[in-house]
Amino acid sequence: MATAATTMDFEKPIAELERKIDELKHAPGDRAVNVDDEIISLERKLSELRGDIYKNLTPIQRVQVARNVRRPFMLDYVARIFTDFVELHGDRAFRDDAAIVGGWARLDGETVMLVGHQRGHDTKENLRRNFGMPHPEGYRKALRLMKLAEKFHVPVLTFIDTPGAYPGLGAEERGQSEAIARNLLEMSQLQVPIIATVIGEGGSGGALALGVADRVLMMENAVYSVITVEGCAAILWKDGKSPEMRDRAANALRITSPDLLEMRVIDEIVPEPEGGAHANHEAAARSLAEVLNTNLEELRKLRPERLVRRRRQKYLRMGQWAE
Amino acid sequence: MAWFRKDKKPRSPRRERLEIPADAWEKCESCGYTDITEKFVRNLNVCPNCGFHRRIRAWDYANIFLDEGTAEETEVEIRSADPLGFPEYAQRLKKATANAGEGDAILTLTGQLGGSPISLGIMDFAFMGGSMGSVVGEKIARLGQRSLEKKHPLVIVCASGGARMQEGVLSLMQMAKASAMLSQLAERRVPYVSLLTNPTTGGVSASFAMLGDAIIAEPGAVVGFAGPRVIKQTIGQDLPEGFQTAEFLLEHGIVDIVVPRHELKPTVGRLLRHMSGKPAATGWLST
Repeated sequence: MATAATTMDFEKPIAELERKIDELKHAPGDRAVNVDDEIISLERKLSELRGDIYKNLTPIQRVQVARNVRRPFMLDYVARIFTDFVELHGDRAFRDDAAIVGGWARLDGETVMLVGHQRGHDTKENLRRNFGMPHPEGYRKALRLMKLAEKFHVPVLTFIDTPGAYPGLGAEERGQSEAIARNLLEMSQLQVPIIATVIGEGGSGGALALGVADRVLMMENAVYSVITVEGCAAILWKDGKSPEMRDRAANALRITSPDLLEMRVIDEIVPEPEGGAHANHEAAARSLAEVLNTNLEELRKLRPERLVRRRRQKYLRMGQWAE
Repeated sequence: MAWFRKDKKPRSPRRERLEIPADAWEKCESCGYTDITEKFVRNLNVCPNCGFHRRIRAWDYANIFLDEGTAEETEVEIRSADPLGFPEYAQRLKKATANAGEGDAILTLTGQLGGSPISLGIMDFAFMGGSMGSVVGEKIARLGQRSLEKKHPLVIVCASGGARMQEGVLSLMQMAKASAMLSQLAERRVPYVSLLTNPTTGGVSASFAMLGDAIIAEPGAVVGFAGPRVIKQTIGQDLPEGFQTAEFLLEHGIVDIVVPRHELKPTVGRLLRHMSGKPAATGWLST
């Protein structure tokens, strides 16, 4: 349930109404008036309110939603969509990076390889998972698992949810750039279907390192950007903190799912339940499962050579210029 | 005391020095050494005193790598658009074009290196910090396609602050685009050498810069995923001396060789010959 600390400003009317309904539901039972009708009417109002608010989210509000800790993360989707999950650890060279998780699983009975960023729902888990910001060994683990999937002709499903690759001493010493670059190259020639889904925040190169795919999906309220809105505002307007500049950067960068679909950077938007994925993890998972299934079915029909050729051609066409 | 020592005559100040034009002199940014411009230029803008590799322009690298009279610029018609309608981007582009030329942040060429044809891409830091937008990605893709069709080795000289913010996620996708092209070169065994110059960071570093069959860095070049300022902010402490320099990367196994500017051409020539099964060069390769 939403607490004050995790309620986003624009969701306050929703939280208010939720509290009212809650109060009525738990009111003493021996009342003369029937509260059931009242509850039903308020719930209908709540649903409309959610719909209205979420239909009109501004880009910066979407950033807030995408980063919200109540949102379903990689492992929340794994638990609801897949069966038989066996998590695999480590890059076989340095250590296991908990900011990226992966392993075998089944989607509708068929084996798939899952790889994704994992953030933490609380501070303790976030420290362990480094807020979903991987080190090179995380990307190398991801690549190891993708190559493993390729070896056994199993499709790869990736889940993107990171503020970015971690900018730290160890990460640089161990070749953060190389690890990301290697994944981009290898993913562009992997001989099995790849579907990438941006489930929360798609932060720059650290996101793309899991994002070169035959189909790129994006949850309705996810964002995907070359730089954080804060970083952009800080560099261009020397102010990464004020709400005005963050808002300006969020608008300018075109980071929402409809923007990306229009630019053909993504292939499909996955609808989120009323009030966002965080309002209903089950419904969000069902929605994603359906889209994953449809896409995977189509991709399974393609021979590896065709798959790789199409994937490469898609990326070779990306960009807009004048000539 | 020493009766045999020669007396030093005080030098008379030479007033005529003042008449020499200001641009006849160059000062090293690193050690402050000052000398006539010509001496710096003859030394490929490497400081004769401390060996600091000063930033040079794309055409300077073209002259370093390509045999005289063989350079031919390619993909000259491509220009940056403003796909997002990003604030102030159009003006910035205009300014960058006026200051740095029309080739955007990369110059692409075909030519010969020691008598063998190559495709050469050279990033130009003077154009919006060498930032990679759609044009840089497309020029690399087309240059790579030339290499692929003719089986001519590809050499890219990197100098970039990263992806170009003003083209948003389209800039990010150029990383995937360049990598997709390089995977094709790799598949056909067309050699690719990347040269990292100061600075090479962000999206360029995390894509084609790090994918060379040989990765070479110029001495002292700062190369990394995150810029030093961002790392400092993140970890809240000062960075160790020499962090993210070419020598640091060499020590950590991230680049193959650190090569001074004078030796770039013979070194790359030798590497390309090894990787394309050609016999050793004679004559031109003196170092």
